[in-house]
Amino acid sequence: MSEATATTAPSANEPKRAPEYEERSRSNEVLSDILNGNFVISILAVLFALVIGAILIAVTNEDVQTASGYFFAAPGDTLGAIWNAVSGAYGALFQGSIYNFRRDGFLDGIKPLTDTLTFATPLIAAALGIGIAFRVGLFNIGGRGQMLIAAACAGWVGFSFELPWGVHLALALLAGVVGGALWGGLVGLLKARTGAHEVILTIMLNYVAFYLISWMLRTPGLLQAPGSVNPKSPAMLETAVMPEILGPKYNLHLGFLLVIAATIFAWWLLNRSSLGFTFRAVGENPNAARVAGINVKNTYVYAMLISGGLVGLAGVMQVLGTVTTGFSAGIDAGIGFDAITVALLGRSKPWGIFAAGVLFGAFKAGGFAMQAAEGIPIDIVTVVQSLIVLFIAAPPLIRAVFFLPKQGVRRRTVPSVSKEVTAK
Amino acid sequence: MKLELRGITKRFGSLVANDDIDLTIEPGEIHCLLGENGAGKSTLMNVLYGLYQAEEGEVLLDDVVQRFAGPGDAMRAGIGMVHQHFMLIPVFSVAENVMLGHEETGFGGRLNLDAARAKVREISARFGFHVDPDALVGDLPVGVQQRVEIIKALSRDAKVLVFDEPTAVLTPQETDELMTIMRQLKSEGTSIVFITHKLREVREVADRITVIRLGKVVGEASPTASNSELAALMVGRSVELTVQKEPAQPGPAGLIVRNLDVIDHLGLKVVNNVSFDVRAGEILAIAGVQGNGQTELTEAILGLQPRVTGEISLNGTSLTGLSVRKILNAGVGFVPEDRTEDGLVGQFTIAENLMLDRSDRPPFVKNGNLQLGFLAEFAQEKKDEFDIRCESIYSRAGQLSGGNQQKVVLARELSRDLKLFVASQPTRGIDVGSIEFVHKRMVATRDAGIPVVVVSTELDEVVALADRIAVMYRGSIVGIVPGNTPRDVLGLMMAGEVPSGVAA
Repeated sequence: MSEATATTAPSANEPKRAPEYEERSRSNEVLSDILNGNFVISILAVLFALVIGAILIAVTNEDVQTASGYFFAAPGDTLGAIWNAVSGAYGALFQGSIYNFRRDGFLDGIKPLTDTLTFATPLIAAALGIGIAFRVGLFNIGGRGQMLIAAACAGWVGFSFELPWGVHLALALLAGVVGGALWGGLVGLLKARTGAHEVILTIMLNYVAFYLISWMLRTPGLLQAPGSVNPKSPAMLETAVMPEILGPKYNLHLGFLLVIAATIFAWWLLNRSSLGFTFRAVGENPNAARVAGINVKNTYVYAMLISGGLVGLAGVMQVLGTVTTGFSAGIDAGIGFDAITVALLGRSKPWGIFAAGVLFGAFKAGGFAMQAAEGIPIDIVTVVQSLIVLFIAAPPLIRAVFFLPKQGVRRRTVPSVSKEVTAK
Repeated sequence: MKLELRGITKRFGSLVANDDIDLTIEPGEIHCLLGENGAGKSTLMNVLYGLYQAEEGEVLLDDVVQRFAGPGDAMRAGIGMVHQHFMLIPVFSVAENVMLGHEETGFGGRLNLDAARAKVREISARFGFHVDPDALVGDLPVGVQQRVEIIKALSRDAKVLVFDEPTAVLTPQETDELMTIMRQLKSEGTSIVFITHKLREVREVADRITVIRLGKVVGEASPTASNSELAALMVGRSVELTVQKEPAQPGPAGLIVRNLDVIDHLGLKVVNNVSFDVRAGEILAIAGVQGNGQTELTEAILGLQPRVTGEISLNGTSLTGLSVRKILNAGVGFVPEDRTEDGLVGQFTIAENLMLDRSDRPPFVKNGNLQLGFLAEFAQEKKDEFDIRCESIYSRAGQLSGGNQQKVVLARELSRDLKLFVASQPTRGIDVGSIEFVHKRMVATRDAGIPVVVVSTELDEVVALADRIAVMYRGSIVGIVPGNTPRDVLGLMMAGEVPSGVAA
């Protein structure tokens, strides 16, 4: 805090029962809270990003470009072309991610939604891990490494042991989660013991994990499929593959239910458990936490263990759910990084992350449809996703664009009648 | 130069920090701006200095209206400011600090340090400052650093000098020296605006006094007014500053500290061979100017300092080397000096803050689950008992006023089963009502037979509360004296002198 504000800001925000204060109606207060709350900002950020996406779709569309060549002769052509391009694109996005009206019957039409949820599954799991680390004040950029290690552990158990149905899956799952947790916990341990910064540690451990797994995939007897020359593992055994919960018609697998459970776990952890209490205390104010007897260093280790475990769960879903025919070093599919975005959009709150993960799953599922049906580059979806995060990170910008009231001036404050001990 | 402020109004959102303030400072006078923390004194001066733009009103120098877009304009017009927190760069020399911001350069951008040195020498000789232009500012004592600030302002030909709470960081002796300097500046024709909330200083040095309360000028007073008159003007009601307490009934020694050394993160010894006892049912006040090892001493008792040697024991059990959690669980209550940084989690609710240091055990936690129902009941009860003024127990602690924040900390610490209570600057920056409350609770804690340690830099608080007073200077205890020791003796001790007749 600068000197100027430090010495002049009124030391009190104590609500005095002044008339102005009483006059504020309850609904006004609620509305104000919602408007200033993070949720509305998140929604507006998504909308705003979609609008800019629409502009990009329009200007890159060939029909629009042609029509704009004779704009003043027939402006309707240009506007029509813009409408066609944008509505076609977002229509395809919707049909590819939620419900396809071109298919016969509800059961076929709803398939895109299950695809969305399938894509969302690992994203949510990883974002929960990243989000929990955020709440402790840690930037876990190591999603990729933790996912790779977890995938390798789960995959190794998945293809090498012949175990009964159920036990095999549970064991593979456990191995993956533990692998991810240890890889993440290592970061916490190094940070706690040596004071090294977790951003650098996680980024470097991403490389370590990537090249370690790549080497193991190239080495016969380790992870490489026997008789193959490709850096790829054998396929998972049937008993280790996550069952499809809605039948073979849909890709949605058991992982989605696990992810719901993980979200409930994360919510309980952060809001109802004593460990989560210490997590949040350390995240908000490590000094006060330390003075209150909380072991801040141990908290970092625990947080990174849990964070890594949840990110690891995403890695498990990739090998046992999404790509069961054997994995390569690209099995993480960038989810470790997308998860950072999802965690930000979800404001690091478990159910917020769940919603944000589903949205990003929809972008992924719909993006392919958009490309296939309308020939719109899938990069547009990436741009929209990036813009969302940009706007989330800049709430004042969104507020300015949508003319929302500024935060922090909604409560009347009265300067305190305060003084330090004076002379007698 | 005559300075005039006319109808200054400054708002922050809906908060009116300055409300139509008129103020005239005649050439060569010391004008005191008296008011409580948050009354709007500093805001007014920041308007004058160009750091804030007032919504209404104007600043006049010798009857000419001025427009200050920033401090640079104000400086050029002849206004200098000595901030409460010095605006100096510790690793620069005095001369470098003085030239900072308007460096004279020679060929190729070479700094003309000699000119700056000469300037420092000249001003320092004129006022008898004894400041070496080549000394590193970080090595200088606080009082001398303040003189560097004054030199800095004077080197820019300031005709009006604003002192913003200059004595907050000084020993009584350094304060006296500052008063002498202010009188000297005045005799040279400099106008001085002296912002303070300490009545004694005002009466000693001021020519005229303007009292500000809640952003408004509430009256002018002459330096002959009595302390109680001034205090009543300032607070708006007469204030009981003494603490009602019975004589202590001290029991056996509870806290015993022997040969305690603390080494800080820079490797400096900040607490040097400190030994003292605190008996059950007495308040030991640790007096001293800020930064003489008191903070580190309390942190060492709490286990917050990593490099501690010596022995600390409570009721016969050693606390040395234990973790903070174990020390808290041994029954030590602690009010940290910086409550927003160390005492509270601002983003947490009041209720959550009330369980902050018991987050691992019943009654707030069972089987790893927070007991939110119990917490709500507990918080409601403590809110009433400690008169915490808030919308609800789910308000964020960071939104409370200083006094109410301190009540939250007190409520948390005093509701544990205590065997020792350590409070560091318990009333710093809080309102009068809360001060009375805090003091009462501390005396009540003492009367419950608990040893109490209070660290305070405010002599008035020390004298009001203490049964015995330990004075610290440069990491050592100068002496431990009875609670009724005269102020001038304490003042000397705070400057490191041991008056005759005082057992060290």
